[in-house]
Amino acid sequence: MIRIGVVVFPGSNCEYDAAAAVEDLGATAEFVWHSSNDVARFDGIILPGGFAHGDYLRPGALARFSPVMEAVAEFARGGGAVLGICNGFQVLTEAGLLPGALQKNRGLTFLCQPTTLIVESTNSVLTRSATRGQTLSIPINHFSGAYTCDDTTYEQLQANDQIVLRYQDNPNGSRGDIAGVANEAGNVVGLMPHPERAMSTLLGSADGRVLLEGFVRTRVSAV
Amino acid sequence: MLVPVVVEVTLRSGIADPEGATIERALPALGFTGVSAVRAGKLFQFTVEAETEVAALAQATALAQRLLSNPVIEDATARVAVTPHS
Repeated sequence: MIRIGVVVFPGSNCEYDAAAAVEDLGATAEFVWHSSNDVARFDGIILPGGFAHGDYLRPGALARFSPVMEAVAEFARGGGAVLGICNGFQVLTEAGLLPGALQKNRGLTFLCQPTTLIVESTNSVLTRSATRGQTLSIPINHFSGAYTCDDTTYEQLQANDQIVLRYQDNPNGSRGDIAGVANEAGNVVGLMPHPERAMSTLLGSADGRVLLEGFVRTRVSAV
Repeated sequence: MLVPVVVEVTLRSGIADPEGATIERALPALGFTGVSAVRAGKLFQFTVEAETEVAALAQATALAQRLLSNPVIEDATARVAVTPHS
């Protein structure tokens, strides 16, 4: 049985959705409080959406110093699958586990709407079950989602196939329409859209399944 | 000695500033003309206990770079405040 740890910071609010999605796909989910310093028992780690530590200072700025993040960094260095969704993506960039940064949306508007994503790379634990060029309908729900990086980083991202998802119609001013990026090895991924909220056509879209299926089957597929 | 310090955090040049741009767009409607290059940032005040002002500034600079700013998109500068913080 695949075991996924879902990290809970004070202020996280998507941890139940993430856990439900994981369990819907046949894996088990376990919450990990941010003061924990051991995540080695898991097959994958999800940093869910929300407002960790109130998003004070900058989204993710304080969460990255939570004890659990050292354990997550160690887990990632060992090749473990790590997924940051929305606020979790912001935490991963602040922690330096993913390149770039998330800025306030262009137009300073909080955005809560469906978006169409294009799968740019299948070279990551999140997109490995998807097809390059595939479009997915997945909602966003954020104020600071404009992906930003310098020219050198952007060129590296492209050269290394680290841009995993782009928006079809850029809603927030992200550089290069970027919705999600991976680290060079592809085992750490962050995205602003919420695949855990696109698990059922009854709720508008089931397109998040192909992403999270890839993520929870990482260990099996990797062998 | 207790050294009052001010840290200013600003977006690095070349990084888009939606807050500054929005403020700049609002100004003409309020009658403020001729204002350009608006950039929004953050200011932090705190007191550092240290042997010298130089040591206090070094500590303030270190914490500004580690926590108060995100070096990917922001610059941070620390200076000794002219008057103690109230």
